[in-house]
Order: sequence, then structure tokens, then C-alpha cells
Amino acid sequence: MSEVNEASGAKADEPAGGSARRAPTVADFTTGAEARWCPGCGDHAILSTMRGLLPALGVAPENTVVVSGIGCSSRLPYYLDTYGIHSIHGRAPSFATGISINRPDLSVWVVTGDGDALSIGGNHLIHALRRNVNLKILLFNNHIYGLTKGQHSPTSKVGTVSPSSPHGSLDNPFNPIALALGAGATFVARTLDSDRRHLTATLTAAAAHQGAALVEIRQGCPTFTPIPRQPRGSAAPAPETDNPAAPEQGPIRLSPGLPIVFGTNEQWGVIRDPSTGELAIGHGGDSRVVVHDPGIQNSTYAYALARLAETSLAEPPIGVYRSVTQPSFDQLFQERLATARPGGRGELRSLLTGVDSWEVAAS
Amino acid sequence: MSTEQLSARPDGVRRLENVVIRFAGDSGDGMQLTGDRFGAQAAAIGNDVATLPNYPAEIRAPAGTVAGVSSYQLHIADHDITTPGDQPDVLVAMNPAALRANVTELRPGGVIITDTDAFTALGLEKAGYESDPLTDGSLDAYQLHAINLTGFAAAAVADHNLKRKDAARTKNMFALGLVSWMFSQPIEDTAAYLRKRFAAKPDVQAANISALRAGWIYGETTEAFASVYEVKPAPLPAGTYRHMKGNKGIAYGLVAAAHQAAMPLFLGAYPITPASEVLHELSALASFDVRSFQAEDEIAAIGAAIGASFAGMLGVTVTSGPGMALKAEALGLAVIMELPLVVVNVQRGGPSTGLPTKTEQSDLLQALYGRHGEAPLPVIAVRSPADGFAAAVEAARIALTYRTPVILLSDSYIANGSEPWRVPELDELPSLGIDLATEPNGVDAEGNPIFLPYARDPKTLARPLAIPGTPGLTHRIGGLEKADGTGAVSYDPDNHDLMIRTRQAKIDGIDVPPLEVDDPDGPPGSGADVLVVGWGSTWGPIGEACRMVRAQGLKVAQAHLTHIAPLPANVASVLSEYHTVLVPEMNLGQLAGHLRRETLIDTVGYNVTRGMPFRSSELASVITRVIAGIADEDGTGTVDGRALGDVAARLAAKTDAGANKRDATLEAGR
Repeated sequence: MSEVNEASGAKADEPAGGSARRAPTVADFTTGAEARWCPGCGDHAILSTMRGLLPALGVAPENTVVVSGIGCSSRLPYYLDTYGIHSIHGRAPSFATGISINRPDLSVWVVTGDGDALSIGGNHLIHALRRNVNLKILLFNNHIYGLTKGQHSPTSKVGTVSPSSPHGSLDNPFNPIALALGAGATFVARTLDSDRRHLTATLTAAAAHQGAALVEIRQGCPTFTPIPRQPRGSAAPAPETDNPAAPEQGPIRLSPGLPIVFGTNEQWGVIRDPSTGELAIGHGGDSRVVVHDPGIQNSTYAYALARLAETSLAEPPIGVYRSVTQPSFDQLFQERLATARPGGRGELRSLLTGVDSWEVAAS
Repeated sequence: MSTEQLSARPDGVRRLENVVIRFAGDSGDGMQLTGDRFGAQAAAIGNDVATLPNYPAEIRAPAGTVAGVSSYQLHIADHDITTPGDQPDVLVAMNPAALRANVTELRPGGVIITDTDAFTALGLEKAGYESDPLTDGSLDAYQLHAINLTGFAAAAVADHNLKRKDAARTKNMFALGLVSWMFSQPIEDTAAYLRKRFAAKPDVQAANISALRAGWIYGETTEAFASVYEVKPAPLPAGTYRHMKGNKGIAYGLVAAAHQAAMPLFLGAYPITPASEVLHELSALASFDVRSFQAEDEIAAIGAAIGASFAGMLGVTVTSGPGMALKAEALGLAVIMELPLVVVNVQRGGPSTGLPTKTEQSDLLQALYGRHGEAPLPVIAVRSPADGFAAAVEAARIALTYRTPVILLSDSYIANGSEPWRVPELDELPSLGIDLATEPNGVDAEGNPIFLPYARDPKTLARPLAIPGTPGLTHRIGGLEKADGTGAVSYDPDNHDLMIRTRQAKIDGIDVPPLEVDDPDGPPGSGADVLVVGWGSTWGPIGEACRMVRAQGLKVAQAHLTHIAPLPANVASVLSEYHTVLVPEMNLGQLAGHLRRETLIDTVGYNVTRGMPFRSSELASVITRVIAGIADEDGTGTVDGRALGDVAARLAAKTDAGANKRDATLEAGR
């Protein structure tokens, strides 16, 4: 095997290809495989966004690796013309860790779903986040097990009626953002499959982050959890301008440096109670409206924001909740190797011989 | 150390061919260190050495109790030995519990050295003694040396400014010095070792060295011991030797294999007894470009190793039985993705948590068959501590050449045991470099060059490997069935059948060396009637037992399997040359069943699962029974080693009828 030049990813015995080659295009990231998701599935939109986004990142297809677990979302690597592994249920972060920490020249993405990442693979997710492995983790959250025909998932609301919970599910859902923050994730964001512009901006920010980036992409499942989520057949309610939790107020869009206001006329805002520090919904003109800052090292604020939606809003806020700078595990891992081998590979024979060997002469 | 081995010399030093010594004490008494150093000293003067540490599963069982006893047995000899010995000739017992736990295994007439300081009323009570064995006559059958080891050690280190408790802790070095003197071993290497080990604690360093010297001088000065013994160097092939433990040998073999493959070594591991030491060894070798990663669980450990293999490293994971169970699904993925991977299973007593610090060979069927679907992979086994290195290199060779996960089976006995190991010259090691794909190897329907990740080498059936970073060869692999050639997802029935057969054929076609038979009486068919077949760590005890049987004038052949999947091509023909094939295993007959399945040859099993290695003498009597035709009398296909029966009479009858002929007695015995 020829030595891999870790800085460029190019073979040591070949000229560095990047500058001489033309910039990659959407076509360079597109395989001939036909995407086999249901018509109307948001996964098509995410794939299309990824194909548009990756050429803009300046990373060659051969230096991009996409690793997935099992589930509808995890089929995505087959449709991107990069290196990829469609692995086993829940374990994608572990395979991706083995790739990423050894090869800093690669851009490594993990594609997973709510069942894959938060149920069977919960352990690997939290450990990849706490280590701050340089992975871009896209969590497609459709609140249901789609591939196995619609069972309730760890993000399904209590009371979800499904084939495995015909009388309604009993278990509390995970809030993926709160979970990631609890695990110490350095980049945590939420976006929507249906908002291409927001999706692109969020994934671009994630790609630029050094370390683990968790992006929850909320979506419906056209087959099992269609949007809108109102019970079928019920009449659309009249617009409610005086209720911040009314769906038409839209989700809060978090923008760094801007006050957190929302509603059809920005009449609502997120305010902080100065005595308790807790966040609540108030009026947009209130002087206590919080200015969003995802760069706060202490994750208490981001956590409060993540929890806000559970009681006060129809849809949780979207945008970057937290983006802080900490050394990535990959960087520390490579530095440890570099300092341990200042003179290159150690002398094997002297290792094998050790310090207390003895000679036996030919008899 | 039986008397016929002794030959008094003019200088009063008695020469021994071999001796078995056991150091036993409380878990906190430093017996493992003491034993390890004694072994290193013996090895340094050229003795052949085999060791057996034995320690409780708890880090600190209650002090002074039998449950908390830790021991370290060494067999040193002037000839080639392969086991740590059956019965100790010398027992060093640092407290009453150590004495109680070990004295029944001491050879009658053997030497006992005890620390009188520990034989207090409380110490005796904790050990369950109702009267003091040092004075009640119960040890009359032995040569008892009751010495105040703690007191002498504390006096020897009085000048070193240690706390009373720390001073008392040097008693193990005092004991080591004394026993070293008794066996004519220089202690300078151990003094040098102590200087290095305690470099950061000058007082402790100086005190331990003082205690060691004081022990030696005590032996020389007092006339407590009637004799000093000496074991001469063993004749070994020329070369550089060192003391090698099984776990360390495996770690070094993996490093050497990665070196020979010019690939970085990546280890993903989760701590588990008795495999953690491989993780520890490799974690200290970053200067050899060893990348060690302690994962969050067993599954992540193998996952990271598979990811590393995909990225161009030599991926390795190490574990023990319970960890293997957790890795099973990922192993199946490595099988279908056809990536190189070495999976080391240092076996321990099972099922479940079982006996975590004891040895067993009961994961063989798990290794061979423990995955869903048709998921064949090669399985090879380490036979002794000194074999860990070569077995690890062989596992890596197969993994890299055939692009497959390989299971390397070791066990707790090998992991912690040690032997002299001849350090290989680097040019003796095989070249393991593989050619990674850099160019397309096929064309699509329009004639455009493409990469076919599941095209195959016609000879090995290995697929090409292209690692990320290689332009033009981007491709996706995964757990879904692959189309032959393109590797695209395929649900085609004929393709699935073809791929299953191809993966099996690749493993079946692995180049493994033929099974060799050790029989001084001639090649298969013209020597012994009984062949003893083993795998893994039973190699030493079986070999020793065969030598004991041959010393009685009987014929027996030995063959030991390194490659269990696939089996060497000549296994069926070799086995069929013998009237009876005896398969001793530390399980209920797992290899025997595998052999029957693969060769249609019935064998006779001898199966014990006591968490301890076989004793050679026990196996020798079993082999003798089988030669006498007393095997499988109850029709279970196994020998009952406990009921020895009238072996002598049966052997005599056989001799009368014409020795070693395939007579009716033996036929009945099958």
C-alpha cells in the first residue's frame, strides 16, 4: 500500500489532483441509482439539497464519506457518488468514528433517523457527540419507524397510535436537541426538510464546524405521519393571531445576533425572566426579548430554548442552537500520534527484543 | 524435583532437571510481580520457563481470606517444557489463607516457605484454620520453613524512611531474594528492574532492593536450607530470547503485521478481562503508528475497527466471549463487505460472566458459527504464550490477503502465561503488503471505465480494495446483498445464491499449511494407533502428556490445529490413519463435533471445564487408557478421566495379544 498523504488525501506518488481538476458539480456527486423513497418523502428533498451543497464545500467526491445505519434515511449513501458505508442499525457513528479519526483529510457525514440514532444507536450518538468527533450527523426525524411499517419511534408523541401501539404509545419522546446538548455537542441545529433554503444554510454551517455537528431535520412521513398533522377530515381552524402556539405563527427561526421574535407580525418573542433565568413566550416588543447567541459556551441557554417548544409552541424553533469551538477528537487523536512519533516509525526489532532479552549461542 | 533427579555436587549445589515453584499470598502481597521476576531471572540464565498466574476475579477480595488468594506458578527446566507443571515442588505461602488454598496441591515431601508474621490468631481464623498448621503437625509430610519474612524485611528496610505498612510490603522482595538464592539465581536483573520501576519513588526503590538483597543474604547466611539447587540452561535453538506473555505476544504480532503491511494499525477495544492487556500494550505503542481507541462499548469497538479498515488501516478489535456475542452483527457486516479485520477473542469461562479470570475453550463454536446468515470466516488459534506473535501475524496475513474478518482465539491461560520466545529477525517475517486499487477495473454498459468493488482475484477470490481519497473509484458498500462485480444492491435470487457460495468458496480456498503429526514411532499409518488432536492452549499439556506416555514405552501421536476454519486439507486423511483419535478439550467437545461434521470421523473426547488448564499427568493417564482400549465404554464418545479402571491389566492383555494391533478390544472401545 502506498502511504496516504494525510494533508491532501492524495497518494504520495501522484501529483495533488485538486488544483488541476475542474471544480466538482452536482453530477459528480450523483450516482446512477434510482432513489427508492415513497413519492412525496422529504428524503428526496434532503438528497437534492446534499447534491447541491457538496460541490460548494470544495471537498472532492473521493474525499467525502457518507456512513448510514438502517432505515429509510440510511439509504441515502447509495445515491451520492462518494465513498460510503450502509452499515448496521444504530451503529453508523462508530464506523464513521473509525474513518474520521484516522483520516483527517476526509469529510465524513453520518445519515441516520430517529429510530436509528435515538433508539438502537443512542449510545453511539451520545459518545460521538461528547468526544466531539469531526462528524456531520444528519438526523432525519419523521417521528416514526417507516421502513418497518409505521411503529412509534423514540420521538413519537405520547399517545401515538401505531401498529405496535394500537391504543396509543405510552413512552415520553426524546427531544433530540436537548439530548445532544446534554451529551455536550458543540454544534446543534434543527431544520426542516421542506425549507430548502434553511436546510442548505444549516447544513453549510454544520459542514464548516470543526467537531461533531448534529442537525435534526424534521420531516413528516407521507405514508405514516403525513403533514399537516391534524386528524384527517377535521376542518382547518380559523387563524389565531392571539395564540403563539397556533401553527400559522410558524416556527421560531433562530438567527445569531437577532432578537428571537416570531408570529405573523413578529408579535411574539422569547423573553428571559431576570429572576429565574428561565425562558418564556412574551410579546415581541418586550425589552426582555432575548438576542440569540449560539456561541455561549454554557449550554444552559440552548437547553432552555430546546425545551421551550415542548409546552409553549406548536413547532420547536429551527436554526443553530449551539455552535462553540472546542478541539475535535480527531485533532487530539492526530496530535497524540504526531507527538508520539517525532522521528517516524519506531524501530520494530528493538521493541520486540525489549530490555531483558538474552542470547542463546548455537550449540 | 523427585530424588532421582537430584545429583549432589561437590560444592553442595544439587542439580535439578526441572522444578515447579508456586508463590501464593493475598491479592495485595505482590505475588504476580514476584513470580514474574523469578521467571525473568530463570529465563535470563537460560532455563526454559512456563508460568501460570491465578488470581481472583475481584480486584481486592477480603484480605486474608481464601477467596483473596493470588498465586503464580512457574515451571523452570533445563529442557524444553510446554506447561507450568502439575504439582508444585516448592510453595511460598505468605499467609495462612495462601497455605490453605495451595498446600493440597504441593507434592508430598515438597518445600513450604511461610511468613510466620501472618500466622496470628486472626489470620488463622480468616483462613478457616482451627489450629496453627505450623505447629500442629499437619504439615509433617513437607519440608517446612517458617520464617518471619515480614519481620526480616521490615528490619532490612528500617533505614529507608518508610511507613510501617510500606516497610512490611517489601516482604515479597525478601521472599524473592531468598528463593532466588535457593535456586542459584542472580538477582541483579531484578534489582535493575526495581530501580526502573520505582524511579519516581527513591525510598520505595531503595527499600525493595534492600529487602531483595536481605532475602538472598538470609539464605546464604542461615543454615535453614539443607540444599541449594540449580537448574541448568535448557538447550534452545540459537537466537535472541525474551520472556513473553501471550497477550503481549499477540499485541506485538499485530504491530509487526501492520509493519509488514506498511499500514497503520488501528485497535478499537472495550475493556474486558482477560483481553484488556492487549489494549494496554497497544495503547503504549503510538510511536509505531498504532492507533488505539477505547470505544463506548464492544459494538462501537468493532465498528470503529471496520471503519478504520475501510479507510486503509489494519483494523483490529480484541475482546473475550461476552464481547464476541455483542460483536456478532458487525462481524456479519465485515463478512459481506469483505474488509480485512482481525478479531481477537481471549476466551474465559462462560456462559455469561461465567468465570472471568479462568480459562476455557468454549467459544469455538461461537467463532465458527455464531453469526446469522451464511457468514463464513477463518478461525485460527494460539497454542502457547510464545505462539501469540506468530498466530497474530498469520491472522493478519489471512485477513489482508483474502479481505475477510479473521477470528483469532486465545484464552486466559495463554493470555497470562509466559514462556521464552525467540525474537524473530524482521526478514523472517512475511511480507503482508497488499495492492490497493488505484485505477478502474471494468467498464460499464457504455464502455466507460468504472470500479467494480466486487470483481475478484481468480486465485484468492479476494475483492479489490479502494480506500477513500482515491479519485475515480468512489463506491458504496454495506450490509445489503451485493451484485456480483458492481457491488450494487441486488435482490436477485440467483445473485444471492452466487454470492453466498462465492463467499464460502473464498474462505474454503484459503491457503493453510497441512496438519503435522508428531510421532517418533513413524508417519501416520505406521506408528502409533492413537492420535491426540487438540487446538489452542492444550498444546502444552498434550505434548507433555505424550512424552510421559512414550516414556512408559507406549506409542502415541500428537497433532495440533492452528487453522480450524478452514481446516488443513489433509485433516481427514491424517485422522483416518489412526485407530483412535482422542480430542481433549476444555469444553464439552466443540472441536470433536466440528471434526465430525467436516470429516465424518468420530473421535473420542476428553472434556473438562474446571477453569484450569489440563494437567499433563491427568492427560497422560487418559491417553494410556485410550491406548489400552478403555475408551467410551458408556457410549458417550468421551473418556471418563476420573474412573481410571484397570488400565495396567488391559495394557498387559493387549501386549499379550500383540501390542498396538487393531484388536477387538480397541474396536469395542470406539
